[in-house]
Amino acid sequence: MGSSTTAATAGATPARQRPSAARIGPAAWLRANLFGSWASSAATLVLLYLILRAGWSFIDWAVIRAIWQVPAGAHGPDTTICRQAQGIGACWAVVGEKYRFILFGFYPYAEQWRPALVVALFIALFIVSGVRRFWRRELALLWIATLVAIGVLMWGGVLGLSYVPQNQWGGLPITLILATFGLALAFPLAVAVALGRRATSLPAVRLLCVIYVELIRGVPLITLLFMASVMFPLFLPQGVDIDKLLRAQVAFILFAAAYLAEVVRGGLQALPKGQSEAADALGLSYWQKTRLIILPQALRLVIPPLVNTFIGFFKDTSLVLIIGIFDLMKSGTVAIAEPAWQGLSSEIYILLAVIYFAFCFSMSKYSRNLERTFGRARNR
Amino acid sequence: MSATVPPSSDEPPAILLEHVNKWYGSIHVLRDVNLSVGRSERVVVCGPSGSGKSTMIRCINRLEAHQEGRIVVDGTELTDDLRSLDTIRREVGMVFQNFNLFPHLTILENCTLAPIWVRKMPKAEAEALAMDYLIRVRIPEQANKYPGQLSGGQQQRVAIARALCMRPKIMLFDEPTSALDPEMIKEVLDTMVGLAETGMTMVCVTHEMGFARQVADRVVFMDRGEIVESGTPAEMFGNPQTDRLKLFLSQILRGH
Repeated sequence: MGSSTTAATAGATPARQRPSAARIGPAAWLRANLFGSWASSAATLVLLYLILRAGWSFIDWAVIRAIWQVPAGAHGPDTTICRQAQGIGACWAVVGEKYRFILFGFYPYAEQWRPALVVALFIALFIVSGVRRFWRRELALLWIATLVAIGVLMWGGVLGLSYVPQNQWGGLPITLILATFGLALAFPLAVAVALGRRATSLPAVRLLCVIYVELIRGVPLITLLFMASVMFPLFLPQGVDIDKLLRAQVAFILFAAAYLAEVVRGGLQALPKGQSEAADALGLSYWQKTRLIILPQALRLVIPPLVNTFIGFFKDTSLVLIIGIFDLMKSGTVAIAEPAWQGLSSEIYILLAVIYFAFCFSMSKYSRNLERTFGRARNR
Repeated sequence: MSATVPPSSDEPPAILLEHVNKWYGSIHVLRDVNLSVGRSERVVVCGPSGSGKSTMIRCINRLEAHQEGRIVVDGTELTDDLRSLDTIRREVGMVFQNFNLFPHLTILENCTLAPIWVRKMPKAEAEALAMDYLIRVRIPEQANKYPGQLSGGQQQRVAIARALCMRPKIMLFDEPTSALDPEMIKEVLDTMVGLAETGMTMVCVTHEMGFARQVADRVVFMDRGEIVESGTPAEMFGNPQTDRLKLFLSQILRGH
């Protein structure tokens, strides 16, 4: 936000060229960036007024006049005061009443410690995977073990856990399952497709990869999800049924991989030809060259667009609500379908936004960290 | 690396090019090139830019494929067969104009990579070998730095050490000093002279005539994709036969 103001006014600040003690400190910064000229001062004041007004209205609604609790009524909580306050004050009581439903959907109430543990496992997996020291072969085993643990916890039916069919799963675990395994599997597929697209000596592979990317990129994700949920079962022999979530997961992987493949290809393209030639001249095989020389460099180059795509797809998992899969977004909207809570969509959407933001911002923050670590080694 | 063995007639040549032709589309870049390089022979290839000298040297380890003729390196003919290609690339080291060090690996890792992965050498042994060559090119103290932290001359010396770590029988140099600042050319040339003294078979594309005089057994002059003239440095520089070489030498020497 500040940078655009800086860019707009930097040209009109004679203070920059004049070396003086007043050039440093917050006051000087304000003068240089926000009050550099008559026009810039006016713009600053107008914008400040608008921001303060909007900010105040929000605080007034979200904090000062907000309702934090509702009394219990004859049939569940009595939400009369929330309805009266609608448009004036937020009704955060809905969050307290409904957060378990939003997070875990229709998962049996007594068993909800299981999806809660799954979410914790996911977050632990992210943290462990983020530490560079752990980047070795064992990490793949950890992922597989976690996947199995998540399956056991969610389905149950073994180890004394009661069986919970997939159509009762919902909320945050669904979103994390779709996003994590979606991206974790889409990424290697994307690398393979990107390499395939550049395999000049294998024209058939190359053509296949081009067709795959163009075909998938050419249709909306929703179309693919519909195909996976409605059309695909028609091609299966009768009696065979593949889990709906799995079908959506596969569609999601295929879709994400096409986009990621293009990002990876961008990195491959950006690498100077000499790197590949030097590896060839040393006698490295194609796969050694790709794994040791090409990919480590190409992937570092594309961390920003890669993470950009990751974040995009994390949020795109919410589209599965269209085919009736109960992800975080869907359970949020269903939570307020009940007559007593109807109309409280703002509060719920703010909650959902905060949850999505927490995950996406962590990814973004981590990627900047990663760039800095890698950037230190090479300053060409 | 044995002591200097003079090329003898009964021993097969280290490198043999017979009637080699190559086209880029319709452009004829190598025209009926014939060249035989004996063991421990040092050949300098010179010629104006676009004369095909880099293309020729890059055909020797098949960074470029020729379309006609025969190239035999260390007794193995270059074909599309991947195994013969692997064999040859293992025995032929190459140094590039732009160094082409791997920027994401340290100097030491740059040197140990191929011995470990291609020669399947244990890591400790490869590191000892690499340090040995880094000492020989006089930059062992840079072993744990990254290429981006070194000067051009240092990088090129590392590139030479990296190629030598594969213990090649033949070394190819593709304009190794052209991308260097003038004050760094000498340190790289000195390294190459030192290498020549060990009896390494060398083919070197360069415009450094001083270097050619000092180490070359033979100088080959190329122009427009063909070998125009070849001979000892003394013959070539002292008594050029063709107008094209005379013109080239006058242009080169004017620059010096």
